[in-house]
Amino acid sequence: MPEETIASLSVRRLSILDEAGTVDSSLMPALTGEEMRRMYELLVLSRIFDARALALQREGRIGTYPSILGQEAAQVGSAFALAKADWVFPSFREMGVHITLGYPLHQLFQYWAGDERGMRTPDDLNIFPICVAVGTHIPHAVGAALAAKLRGDKAAVACYFGDGATSKGDFHEGFNMAGVFRVPAVFFCQNNQWAISVPVSRQTAAPTLAQKAWSYGFEGVQVDGNDVFAVYRAAREALERARNDGGPTFVECLTYRVGDHTTADDASRYRQAAEVEKWRGRDPILRLERHLAAEGLWNTVYQAEVRQRAEASVDEAVRLAESVTPPEPAEMFAAVGAVPSRRLRRQQEDLRLGR
Amino acid sequence: MVQAINLALREEMARDERVVLLGEDVGGDGGVFRVSEGLLEQFGPERVIDTPLSESGIAGIAIGMAAYGLRPVAEIQFMGFLYAAFEQLFSHAARIRARSRGRYGSPLVIRTPYGGGIKAPELHEESTEAFFCHMPGVKVVVPSGPAVAKGLLLASLRDPDPVIFLEPTRLYRMIREEVQEGDFVVPLGEARLVREGTDVTVIAWGSMLERVLTAVAPYGADVIDLLTLSPWDEETVLASARKTGRVVIVHEAVRNCGFGAEIAATVADEAVLSLRAPVLRVTAPDVPVPLARLADCYLPSVERIQQAVDEVMSY
Repeated sequence: MPEETIASLSVRRLSILDEAGTVDSSLMPALTGEEMRRMYELLVLSRIFDARALALQREGRIGTYPSILGQEAAQVGSAFALAKADWVFPSFREMGVHITLGYPLHQLFQYWAGDERGMRTPDDLNIFPICVAVGTHIPHAVGAALAAKLRGDKAAVACYFGDGATSKGDFHEGFNMAGVFRVPAVFFCQNNQWAISVPVSRQTAAPTLAQKAWSYGFEGVQVDGNDVFAVYRAAREALERARNDGGPTFVECLTYRVGDHTTADDASRYRQAAEVEKWRGRDPILRLERHLAAEGLWNTVYQAEVRQRAEASVDEAVRLAESVTPPEPAEMFAAVGAVPSRRLRRQQEDLRLGR
Repeated sequence: MVQAINLALREEMARDERVVLLGEDVGGDGGVFRVSEGLLEQFGPERVIDTPLSESGIAGIAIGMAAYGLRPVAEIQFMGFLYAAFEQLFSHAARIRARSRGRYGSPLVIRTPYGGGIKAPELHEESTEAFFCHMPGVKVVVPSGPAVAKGLLLASLRDPDPVIFLEPTRLYRMIREEVQEGDFVVPLGEARLVREGTDVTVIAWGSMLERVLTAVAPYGADVIDLLTLSPWDEETVLASARKTGRVVIVHEAVRNCGFGAEIAATVADEAVLSLRAPVLRVTAPDVPVPLARLADCYLPSVERIQQAVDEVMSY
């Protein structure tokens, strides 16, 4: 019997806004001028927040911090497509997502300064606390999406992680279950090409990350992660598919981690400056400015206003975060369980008495 | 006990539509021990879900389902396979309430066959409850018979925090007793005084309880069935220790850092002046669970328990 090919895969790559600021109008998503300006303002706010966090860390006012520099479009563009009812499961490098969804800025500073109260999501947002153990939140997102489906809720679940996470067991177990149960989830991989010092070429032998979804029975698409319109369009399509019972999608946002892994890292030890500079030139904000300028929606006066407003928001957030009364030792015992056990209450009392 | 657990699941799933059972072979097969027999037929595939072979994934999606507002009961086929889910339980289920400052919780139950004496292959007879007792934020429950199994499982299914429910496999079909229908709840965190006496305190849980009752026959013993290991009922244990002055702890798990050590340390801390003899632990030796041919000399036998009781009585 002659051999036949019984399956093969292909991966689409979506790119709409190039570095010169030119858009492919046949692919341009439906966005009003106001919406595009809003996206721009969120990109700028995310960058300014991030720069301030780095400065605060250097001054010892917050602890170790993971910069999002260079990844703003992948975060803002995708989060911009989320609806109020949708749930978000972030990793630890998604401050642009938090900011886009309206997470209180001061709480982000509080958290990174080591005050866990910063991670108490406001009641009107469905954002799970950040996940430090890489990739282990992927099954959580799948479970929440499954629950939404079982409940008949028209909600989608967005899960964010990096290229390193695609090597973890929970990525595979989570994706497998997402496919089997056909859950309303969208998985956003911020492929920033570096997992601390390990480049993505050493993370996997697969030529793209997007194709990994194929093995689990659903589509993976790659987008230019620095192209806010491509990210937004791919996110919109995937979220609509999810909400309409079309199952999960994997969106690989190919971007670049311009900064160090965290403030405790020095990427110059393992990366070439030329590579970093090349990607700095692919700046997501710069290309959007060029496009908006061509549309008559941007000029340097507007740019200065946006920056000023962002700086003011961040100033206020820092002031608020630093004016909060520091947590008491009792805070350690609060919320360990819904009802503290007798033993735990005794330990709390012992600690208070210095025993 | 199989029927008691089945009854608890059936009743609670009827009472609370948020309760969803998931795991390998729990639906169409009714569970490899038949614990979930008939549940798929009664409640349908949206309440009884057969999952892929994926313990970390099962625990992980249970966490997501619980966060969203369901009450998942995840069955892990044997305790030896729960280890694959350890990270999900300790890094997440145990911490989500604290991490989110109470905004989210993990009201889930992990049920798994536990313990030895069933002449099974490797990893099918584990008793590593101590690992899970060392996790702040997680409760650990071990029934010793059908009636308490039902009551404890109902309590676990209603608990707002994660519960590891360890079902002694050896007892699944061994004991027959009357089990109350309806809302019969055994509260978590409370031990049960199974027999009362003044000579000696013997503390046990799971399938060891039955051996203890045989071993203490010549004495007037307080026999305490802990039922919940975390958080455990220190008050009942300490009151008994202060009364008898002699304490013996019996568990299937290995000696080193077994849960008996926690009890012994607490007794030494808070009842030492009442003690008339050393606190003894009767346990398995510090070796991996052996296969069938050596199983009988591994678990605490009635003779070994009796010897320990005789010893504390000799002081």
